[in-house]
Amino acid sequence: MSISTATLIIDGVEITVPEGTTILEAARDNGIIIPTLCYLEGLTSYGGCRLCLVEILGSPKLFPACATPVSTGMEVITNSERLKDYRKMAVQMLLAERTHICSVCVADGHCELQELANQLGVDHVMLERHWTAKEIDSTHDFLVIDRNRCILCTRCLRICDEIEGVHTLDLKLRGKDAEVIMDLDEHWGNSCSCTSCRKCAKVCPVGAIYIEGEPLSHTKRKDIAEFITERRERKRKQ
Amino acid sequence: MSFLDLDELLIELAKKIQVVYSPIADVKTFPENVDVTLVEGAIGDEDQIELLKKAREKTKILISLGDCAVTGNVPALRNALEDSDRAVLQRAYVENVDVNPQIPNDVPKLLKKVRPLHEAVKIDYFIPGCPPPADIIGYVLTELLSGRTPNMEGRSKYG
Repeated sequence: MSISTATLIIDGVEITVPEGTTILEAARDNGIIIPTLCYLEGLTSYGGCRLCLVEILGSPKLFPACATPVSTGMEVITNSERLKDYRKMAVQMLLAERTHICSVCVADGHCELQELANQLGVDHVMLERHWTAKEIDSTHDFLVIDRNRCILCTRCLRICDEIEGVHTLDLKLRGKDAEVIMDLDEHWGNSCSCTSCRKCAKVCPVGAIYIEGEPLSHTKRKDIAEFITERRERKRKQ
Repeated sequence: MSFLDLDELLIELAKKIQVVYSPIADVKTFPENVDVTLVEGAIGDEDQIELLKKAREKTKILISLGDCAVTGNVPALRNALEDSDRAVLQRAYVENVDVNPQIPNDVPKLLKKVRPLHEAVKIDYFIPGCPPPADIIGYVLTELLSGRTPNMEGRSKYG
């Protein structure tokens, strides 16, 4: 059985990958780094953070690399000045949307949003910031959610649904008012479906979900979804 | 305080600069024709915004120093409260006071919301960080003193 492949050009480099691969995967497999925030290997793509936007020659539109499959003859640019400006703006919008104060945050120094701001050279936020006072839920035995720090990347919902398989977490409302909820908007401590597996805290890119009393350097494991899906695949093949 | 972390560079700087205004220097009015002003802290009341505007007017290069100046940081935590200016005064001077609680009327009027500096005046350089790293302060000042433009790319540490 032969696998059909696609050949495309990313940043001037000719790349051949299996059909159905996303631009992001094709780039990463060839050492081209595209910044991401909501993307997590092992989970379905969401395309919400807009940091992985790329240019495809011949189209005025920008495409999210994590959710755009490759096709033969595509010419992709991943790091133009225009894209850099868009990415800087995306980070600033995320920082402006809720109450992000690094110096009082558990994730300070372990935060993917902060890290991206540094990489992209965002040293201040040009937009007027919203100061939210959403509820902090610490009713669970050890898991805490501070919705003021949430960037709505939905990594936690996806890992809860796709890997843990319980779908305790979901979103309510829309746009800037959207909030991560447990079951039918219960307090976390009253959730009857939560298995307390901690995966949500492990994949949270910021300090929105964390484990009480545990240093974040210990909690954070971005590769957990990748690890579990890979092991599952391997078991299925046996 | 981060400025003092410049250690021996302070001696080098002292030979080349003259400190003409500071909250701890005995100067009452902001002087004219200042080359560089480092401003730390967010804008929380009307006096501060006035002083900042005066500083901008009389300074060639205005630098926003530290997270409070750049983002609002901890002082801006009150912004999430409803009527935050009233709420903090109420908390500090009434709720937590046993003897003769009253809101003072001889202090500068608090702004409705605490703001970072660049929302009030034009800022030339940003040095974020809580605390702002001394080596970046040193880099910016030495570059400016030698007449060069500091290149901030890749140097900033957000938050």
